[in-house]
Amino acid sequence: MELVNVWFIVIAVLWTGYLVLEGFDFGVGMLMPIVGKNNTERRVALNTIGPVWDGNEVWLLTAGGATFAAFPEWYATMFSGFYLPLLMILVALIVRAVAIEYRAKINDPKWRANWDRAIIVTAWVPSILWGVAFANLVRGVPLDADHEFIGNFFTLLSPFALLGGAVTLLLFLTHGAIFLSLKTDGIVRERAETLAKRFAPITLAVTAVWAIWAQLAYSDVAWTWIPLGVAAAALCLAWWFSIQESNGLAFAANAVAIAAAVVLIFGTMFPDVMPASNDVANSLTVQNASSTDYTLTVMTWVAGFLVPVILMYQGWTYWVFRKRISVHDIPEHNELTFAKD
Amino acid sequence: MEALDLARWQFGITTVYHFMLVPLTIGLSTLVAIMQTAWVVTGKEKWLRLTKFFGKLLLINFALGVATGIVQEFQFGMNWSEYSRFVGDVFGAPLAMEALAAFFLESTFLGLWIFGWDRLPKKVHLATVWAFSIGSILSAYFILAANSWMQHPVGAEFNPETGRAEMTDIFAVLTNSTTLVAFPHVIATAFLVAGTFVGGIGVWWMVKSSRAKNESDATMYRTAARFGAVVMLIAGVGLLITGDLQAKLMFKQQPIKMAAAEGLMNTEQPAAFSLFAIGNLAGDDPASVTHILEVPGLTSYLATGDWNAPVTGINQLQDTYAERYGATTPDGKVIEYRPNLLVTYWSFRMMIGLAVFSAALALSILWFTRKKQIYDKTWFKNLALISLPMPFLASAFGWIFTEMGRQPFVVAPNPTGNDQVMLMTMFGYSTSVSAGEVITSMVTFTVVYTILGVFWFKLQKRYASEGAPVMAPPPDASDDEAAKPMSFAY
Repeated sequence: MELVNVWFIVIAVLWTGYLVLEGFDFGVGMLMPIVGKNNTERRVALNTIGPVWDGNEVWLLTAGGATFAAFPEWYATMFSGFYLPLLMILVALIVRAVAIEYRAKINDPKWRANWDRAIIVTAWVPSILWGVAFANLVRGVPLDADHEFIGNFFTLLSPFALLGGAVTLLLFLTHGAIFLSLKTDGIVRERAETLAKRFAPITLAVTAVWAIWAQLAYSDVAWTWIPLGVAAAALCLAWWFSIQESNGLAFAANAVAIAAAVVLIFGTMFPDVMPASNDVANSLTVQNASSTDYTLTVMTWVAGFLVPVILMYQGWTYWVFRKRISVHDIPEHNELTFAKD
Repeated sequence: MEALDLARWQFGITTVYHFMLVPLTIGLSTLVAIMQTAWVVTGKEKWLRLTKFFGKLLLINFALGVATGIVQEFQFGMNWSEYSRFVGDVFGAPLAMEALAAFFLESTFLGLWIFGWDRLPKKVHLATVWAFSIGSILSAYFILAANSWMQHPVGAEFNPETGRAEMTDIFAVLTNSTTLVAFPHVIATAFLVAGTFVGGIGVWWMVKSSRAKNESDATMYRTAARFGAVVMLIAGVGLLITGDLQAKLMFKQQPIKMAAAEGLMNTEQPAAFSLFAIGNLAGDDPASVTHILEVPGLTSYLATGDWNAPVTGINQLQDTYAERYGATTPDGKVIEYRPNLLVTYWSFRMMIGLAVFSAALALSILWFTRKKQIYDKTWFKNLALISLPMPFLASAFGWIFTEMGRQPFVVAPNPTGNDQVMLMTMFGYSTSVSAGEVITSMVTFTVVYTILGVFWFKLQKRYASEGAPVMAPPPDASDDEAAKPMSFAY
């Protein structure tokens, strides 16, 4: 296989890793006030992602860095073209990282309440915007002959793109609810399981509508029906296993659904990485957006060596923190406040 | 202001801010790893207390450092898309390697370290903090390989068909002579910052505990102070050596930056080094500039190792550059190859001058705490407090110097390389992004960074003034694991 195609797949894999992993981080953030009615319950929710969320986010940085290295034109056009949505995502991710880390540092209800708000909002914003961004990649955006984006912010907000935002939002809500069902015990688990059962059918319906729209309107190939079918089947299974309260299987099914959605998105785009909606000739393709064969070869060696190692130690982290947690596991807050001095 | 200027300001603001936090993370993660090692090896409780104490300060810092780092991965594409198109084939590789080799290691093992207390076996838990520290040091290496390529492009050709720089030799990129001296220089900076942090806070608490007649705490903080002092001294020597090597390399690779460091308008032999200057450094009349407290021949020495060597002035270099890289832009504007002298001259001096605080602190710690002494004079506490921010600022000025000194290039040409592998900053920004959009993002980042910076400071201050935690007696051995509360839980 040509290296440019290999790297197209690698980028898809990195995004899959990111969306599957940070997808439930976002879900937990969005659902934290619903599954956690008091501070201790909210801390249960937050601590399920505590040891892992930061490592999960690195998948995004790697997807960004790998796009820069393998497809510089794509990196340049996409991030300058999606300027304002990306800005919103970045601000959300910045505030979110700090909010999660600083929330428990001071024992003061007001301090916590404010960071809680930040955690919730900064989970909603990227959950919607990632879907909007990917839907725009599927749909195409106006590009000039130099591959510069010539639309504006509102170009990016078509109905198809907004529905894409709803898809990622729902996928992450379901993913988070299932993850919480899997990782907690007691009242938080009960609430999460109820939520998962409710979200799953809605997610299935909305994702199916969007995926069929994408397939009919934007896919040039028939094989993308396969990931579409897989995604639909996986979401049915996630729903079924949620009803059965087989949380592990439900989680696996939902993860497969997210992965299949990425395959559908990338499969629809290929061989473009950024289709031009105004003129096919201006599209960025795996060929005209890519780095040289030399650079791709170097990066193939590096990624081929490091990605398995990363998967091993990240997997080990999940193994170390495999136990369910409940309100009984949460220690008292430290007594530190700003009042003393 | 135009989009170009705004994009430059934005990069400057976000990067300087980010790199205020990073040296402390790099240095302190290693120092905390050493403290924890000392605890595991000696079993002395003071090391555990210091590990927990400085560990918390490290986490508060890391959170903001990593958050502001996210922007760095994306803003090349957002504001500098033409730059990204030109350099991506070369520059993207070390950036992607940084994420794969360093960021994953750093973030994953930090999670394990924070949540792994009492859960992982002692030695495995110790290994996680070392993995975190190694990850942070590796990230510095890769990002410096990327930055050094902008200072001194190697291992690349210009491809006229694609109109961009293309990598021909990854090993040349990763072993760039510029990287090999910049990396130890930045790591030494990180240790100066962290050593000052540990030493300064150690002194502050030693004086405080001693005055409160808490002898055992005072002894513990004396250990921290001396540990910090030794780190500062080693880092200081490292900075002198690597800084000297860097200057000599810079003289060969970016001569105009070396001349700008001294504000040397015309060639001199020997060239002196002035501590201060009065007058318009950037003016056309060098006679209007008065250099004060000159050390004869020092600039010659810094540049070449010979006290009597000639150093070419900016005016002469301007002619050389104009001849070699073009006198005008395609639309007919004269290209000014002189960096902003006010900035380069003063940032160079601030970088060196502010580091003196750390030296003073280190030497006084070693002197006043010699032979198991505990020193409790208030002036010492104040010196420690004043010294704390200085190496942070010195580091920031160092970066401002090296980045502003590279202007008007974003990729400075390699004098012994391919003349076409270079890019002017004015051709690097995103032409498809409007000035309004750049203002929006700049204001947003500045506001968000300021607010978060206030919280960072309040928490650092609060946790530093709380002191090292008192260790609870070890939990009952019969406790089953499930009953154990999570440590460091959010």
